[in-house]
Amino acid sequence: MTANGMPASTIASSAPCAPPTGNLVPLLHEIRHALTRWLEQGEEHVIDLRSIPLAPGEEDSLLEQLGEGEVNARLSITGPSDIIETRYPAVWLITHYNENESIIGRFIEICEVPGILKSQADDIRAGLERLEDQLSNAETRA
Amino acid sequence: MSKDKTLGETLQERGVSRRSFLKFCATTASMMALPPAMIPVIAATLEKLRRPSVIWLSFQECTGCTESLTRSHSATIEDLIFDTISLDYHHTLQAASGSAAEHAREEAMQENYGNYILVVDGSIPGENNGYSTIAGISNKAMLLEVAAGAAAIVAVGSCAAFGGIPKADPNPTGAVSVSDLIKDKPIVNIPGCPPIPAVITGVLVQFLTFGLPELDQLGRPAAFYGNSIHDRCYRRPFYDKGLFADSFDDEGAKKGWCLFKLGCKGPTTYNACATTKWNDGTSFPIEAGHPCLGCSEPDFWDAGSFYKALSTPTEDIGKTAVYAGAAGLIAGAALGASLRARKQSAVKNHERVTIDDLDQES
Ligand code: SF4
Repeated sequence: MTANGMPASTIASSAPCAPPTGNLVPLLHEIRHALTRWLEQGEEHVIDLRSIPLAPGEEDSLLEQLGEGEVNARLSITGPSDIIETRYPAVWLITHYNENESIIGRFIEICEVPGILKSQADDIRAGLERLEDQLSNAETRA
Repeated sequence: MSKDKTLGETLQERGVSRRSFLKFCATTASMMALPPAMIPVIAATLEKLRRPSVIWLSFQECTGCTESLTRSHSATIEDLIFDTISLDYHHTLQAASGSAAEHAREEAMQENYGNYILVVDGSIPGENNGYSTIAGISNKAMLLEVAAGAAAIVAVGSCAAFGGIPKADPNPTGAVSVSDLIKDKPIVNIPGCPPIPAVITGVLVQFLTFGLPELDQLGRPAAFYGNSIHDRCYRRPFYDKGLFADSFDDEGAKKGWCLFKLGCKGPTTYNACATTKWNDGTSFPIEAGHPCLGCSEPDFWDAGSFYKALSTPTEDIGKTAVYAGAAGLIAGAALGASLRARKQSAVKNHERVTIDDLDQES
């Protein structure tokens, strides 16, 4: 077998249009069940979109159906992350990008506020130290 | 990063925010195909980790595996991975050369004897040292020496895992895999030509976080190699309906139908390409219109033509495979076992294929 064995037309093969996997509707039902569970028991739920086979175009169609709601936050943390509340309150779409703005992870979280949006205790502590340093420096200068 | 500080302490010192770290853990869990519930566990374990020493040996290889690894995700996430380990020896990546490089290897071995991780890429040639030596030491001698003090070995790429292309018929150098020579150490195989970069780093992180991962019968981590390409292929609905492309430019090909008849090895190939994908999750060969070559399976180079359909037809999978609705998981374990058995018989029956044969087929 040599590379010459490769039919030339492979290279020119056009991008295939995608057959649907049929996973879209079950996914929306999973979200529906999770919302009910949150209302009844306060239970949070996370779905990793990378773990589900979706045909090209299907993810876009999912995002379209979820739409955008009242909150749209962009985090700057080793590449940006978008935290969007969809048109269904408590259904959050979290997209992590690397520094080249390529998507490296996409999750749907069913909760009041995604954990990563909250200020984190370690960062609060470090921030407090910075503020204290700044104030003591200012006092020394005065 | 100092060796006695934990990863958490070092990251904090460097001003890496907790949010960044959580993002890293979330994307790593996703990459490792772990349920999102594991994200806090990964965070808690990595945070407390002290930097383990890694020695990386490259034998008969094309450096494609290292190329693949160094293109893993963004520089920042990769930095985090490299911050997690102490890469004490790697011919291609280290600045030192000659005797200084070998000295670094010996020193790392002495300091961490019994505890370091040995990563190997490339196959190991037979007795004739002329095929591949490093600093006058034969590949085999170096492997045996370094493996003796390793806690575990990670064989990266199809060459280290199974012999790969150097071992292809007629195997002029007498190439063998790591597991052909080492029998008394845990070995994790990460095959692929090259392996998906995120899988290499994912296995390293998994190893550091949870210890030795669950392995299949070929020593591959189940988290990445548990499903066949076919189990997770987005063209699968066409396969199930019996809709196949018959050539690379017919109507079926244009409509994105299944590539089975064009030689797709997806049904007998276990890897994460269909979900993790390549180039930062952009696509994978089948999405680009090319059948899977099966590069992460043993002896893929000798398994007949890349463009000839698997010689043993697979079962009428349409009737047995079940898409498990909500989570989109596929009940593929039993199916996988039957396909693996069929692959073995298919490999046995494969005859050599020439370019003339290919012409006749197309
Ligand atoms: S044979 Fe190949 S293209 Fe067809 S469904 Fe299976 S993996 Fe996909």
